[in-house]
Amino acid sequence: MAKYIQGATGEWEVVIGLEIHAQVLSEAKLFSGSSTKFGAEPNTQVSFVCSAMPGMLPVINEECIRQAIRTGLAMGCEINLRSVFDRKNYFYADLPQGYQISQFKDPIVGEGVMEITLDDGSTKSIGVERLHLEQDAGKSMHDQHPSQTYVDLNRCGVALMEIVSKPDMRSAEEAGAYFRKIRTLVRYAGTCDGNMDQGSMRADVNVSVRRPGAELGTRSETKNVNSIRFMMQVIDFETRRQIDILEDGGEVAQETRQFDPATGTTSSLRSKEEAHDYRYFPDPDLLPLEFSQDYVDELAKNMPELPDAKKARFVEDLGISDYNAAVLVAEKENADYFEDLLVELSAKCGQDKAKIATQAANWVIVDLFGALKKAGKPIIDSPISTAHGAELLALQVDGTISGRIAKDVFEIMIETGQAPEQIVEEKGLKQVSDTGAIEAMIDEILAENQDKVEQYRGGKDKLFGFFVGQVMKKTQGKANPQVVNQLLRPKLDG
Amino acid sequence: MSELTRLTLAEARDGLAKGDFTAREMTAQHLKAMEQGRELNSYIVETADMALDMADKADHMIRGGNATGMTGIPVAVKDLYCTKDVHSCSASHILNGFKPKYESTVTANLWQDGAVMLGKTNMDEFAMGSSNETSFYGPVKNPWRATKADGTLDSRDYVPGGSSGGSVAAVAGHMAIAATGTDTGGSIRQPAAFTGLVGMKPTYGRCSRWGMIAFASSLDQAGPITRTVRDAAIMMESMASYDVKDSTSVERTVPNYEHALTGDIRGMKIGIPKEYRMDGMPDEIEKLWQQGIAWLKDAGAEIIDISLPHTKYALPTYYIVAPAEASSNLARYDGVKYGLRVEGDGLPGMYKNTRAEGFGDEVKRRILIGTYVLSAGYYDAYYLKAQKIRTLIAQDFAKAYEQVDVILTPTAPSAAFAMGEKSDDPIAMYLNDVFTVPASLAGLPAISVPAGLSADAMPLGLQLIGRAFDEETMFRAAHVLEHAAGFTATPKVWWGEK
Repeated sequence: MAKYIQGATGEWEVVIGLEIHAQVLSEAKLFSGSSTKFGAEPNTQVSFVCSAMPGMLPVINEECIRQAIRTGLAMGCEINLRSVFDRKNYFYADLPQGYQISQFKDPIVGEGVMEITLDDGSTKSIGVERLHLEQDAGKSMHDQHPSQTYVDLNRCGVALMEIVSKPDMRSAEEAGAYFRKIRTLVRYAGTCDGNMDQGSMRADVNVSVRRPGAELGTRSETKNVNSIRFMMQVIDFETRRQIDILEDGGEVAQETRQFDPATGTTSSLRSKEEAHDYRYFPDPDLLPLEFSQDYVDELAKNMPELPDAKKARFVEDLGISDYNAAVLVAEKENADYFEDLLVELSAKCGQDKAKIATQAANWVIVDLFGALKKAGKPIIDSPISTAHGAELLALQVDGTISGRIAKDVFEIMIETGQAPEQIVEEKGLKQVSDTGAIEAMIDEILAENQDKVEQYRGGKDKLFGFFVGQVMKKTQGKANPQVVNQLLRPKLDG
Repeated sequence: MSELTRLTLAEARDGLAKGDFTAREMTAQHLKAMEQGRELNSYIVETADMALDMADKADHMIRGGNATGMTGIPVAVKDLYCTKDVHSCSASHILNGFKPKYESTVTANLWQDGAVMLGKTNMDEFAMGSSNETSFYGPVKNPWRATKADGTLDSRDYVPGGSSGGSVAAVAGHMAIAATGTDTGGSIRQPAAFTGLVGMKPTYGRCSRWGMIAFASSLDQAGPITRTVRDAAIMMESMASYDVKDSTSVERTVPNYEHALTGDIRGMKIGIPKEYRMDGMPDEIEKLWQQGIAWLKDAGAEIIDISLPHTKYALPTYYIVAPAEASSNLARYDGVKYGLRVEGDGLPGMYKNTRAEGFGDEVKRRILIGTYVLSAGYYDAYYLKAQKIRTLIAQDFAKAYEQVDVILTPTAPSAAFAMGEKSDDPIAMYLNDVFTVPASLAGLPAISVPAGLSADAMPLGLQLIGRAFDEETMFRAAHVLEHAAGFTATPKVWWGEK
């Protein structure tokens, strides 16, 4: 479904390609044993190799290779049994070697296709060109000294996966959906934590515009965009900027740009003429990377369940609706929460998972997600643990509390993080199912409201609810509504 | 000059074992000789205190019955090797007195075996040169001087060859029993030939490059510089090892190379490549080569004429591949982290000033060449083509080794020349490597053996090139060649207090 943009002189189409940099989840860096932990004191995670001491040599960290293969498998891409590490040469203060070890001609992962789902429920295929491994650079800090720049090499040498798409996206929405899909996949595969605010994932955004059906236009590349919202802003801004230039009879320059989150605009970083000549050549310190198909197969066999498979299982085995299943699997933490909750709930009330799954899913999606959204908390910071959530649902399933009471208990749990059983106990919220006690109460109420009883019997059926309400009021909502119904109707009809 | 500095490594080993003298005595005599030989400029740094401590430890090892072939042997270490807390600068100003906090694998292997470090030797800056005239620490003088027609010594200084010029001058000048060298395109073999020594470069991957300051990573190899083939065999065994820290080192057991020296080469097939007979090659080199062929034949080897058709492309190929890698390897010397920093206008200004002042002309020349051949638009025509030819050169050798066991060639196209003679003509200088470069490109082991004297009584060497990882056959042939040549000349001492 092509979405064209109306300009002053006619319609335009935007063409988007993304280079996503995803930090490999690994204990150690790509070519040295230094730790990759985020947030350490500057220059405390730096080996002789990271700091490019004379005579130091890179040695491949095999876990990073496995992670790249797993990611390729998760994306359904071709895995290349032979790949080559190249040197990308340029000078910068936070690049100690004077070159970045990357993969240029022969990346570890080749082509694939990702299916994205858009807001209107339609789907679209986005091509993946390649995934290659490379070293991250260090960090230059320009704000530590009035005239000098400080360099922190902690991040230097950390493994990155650069995932390059084909220029298949045609709107910011598509680009957002594609990015989210990749992010979901790497998190499921356990190959990248996807924490964009810590820089674990960022994107270089390539944007060009053209008349519908025309040849590709000249593109701009906006570097290091570190949130999906910013990425979409970049696309919208660049689209507008380029259309304006073209409609004014100008030419779009092929250049590298940077994004300013404060203004939501991009500005030129360097032109094509100023572009580095990286002088790529195979790194003579490293042999070509070769592994067998068996090695790949073994990794494939041990892959965790991926979102599409999980969704299908939720629908088929647990009887959850398509929509609910899609919501639950969109974030791995959500799906994990739901599954843990379901296991505990099933154990608590001794019921088959399929029987209680829909109720649990509704509670997670409507009640819990709603409350978390309001509180602005991610699920990992949920005040209600899976154990407490399961406890709350179990209290309803076995009739200890009513649905209404459950909502009150839920509010307290969100506030205090207390266990639901404790709340019910302390506040005396247990549902009353004792027929004798309820019957006595009904008799009292009927006696007090003789006029209403007459009206009901005279045909005003709607008053039935009034009597139920009175019982609930008397019991502070603790009366089991089913029992109330069963006892009330014969007495009124009697 | 005292007698303990005149010993071969094997003699020193045996004397130490018998208790004829101690490692400390031998080390002390060498330290004295080093002092007297300072005008040769072979050492950049002398590590006397460390040497005596190491000698004491070696004596302790010997008394405890834990000696190896290298225990107590005073060795000189090329400045290119990183040695912990000791000056390690590849004779470049850009490293400005850099002292690493780590020890190269090769030197660590030697110290593990009880060898004694006398100091760090001078060399061409970053191993780029064939005459040791490009060092920041000044040129090294060859202990050898030509003999004039009237029988007196030439008063001019001669180059020791390069880049391991300080190492060979130290051994030839009796200021070390042996030395480590490094060989990228001939930097061990050519200087060994220029100073009447044995210089050996093993198969690429046999020695770890970890802790060796890189010049051209796909070519650099460590190797020994010694007085005899036996000495080289003993020292090589200690230096070689598989190292997980070097991805290009090869996991293979290191043989006892000394055992390979049986003296018997009957039936061994020796290849003589016709392409090494070059226009303008001095007669005496050709004669020496023919003499070498005759010696091996007399010892029972079979001489087979072979062809290595791509030989003539080896030198240009080398001078594309090596500078390309060097241009990238030397990018880390930027004034940011260690070594020299010359402030300038912003980061680019600091880079320019630091690298302009820190690198010498030859290094700058090769960085420029290397940067050029890797540039967009030139990569295919130069670097990629050179890589293809490199493969063809390796295939030439592989094909030859279907027929022969070892290949015999001259080591260098001439004897040592006078200082300054070629330093203004890079091409003439590069031609020094014409016979050594092909084996480097193919990653093959090769050894230079002193085989005779030139008309003016300067040493000449012959080179044997072996199959990959078959250093043993090469050593065996070299040992026989050495005995047949019977080279016993040593330089007349003209330096120091006589």
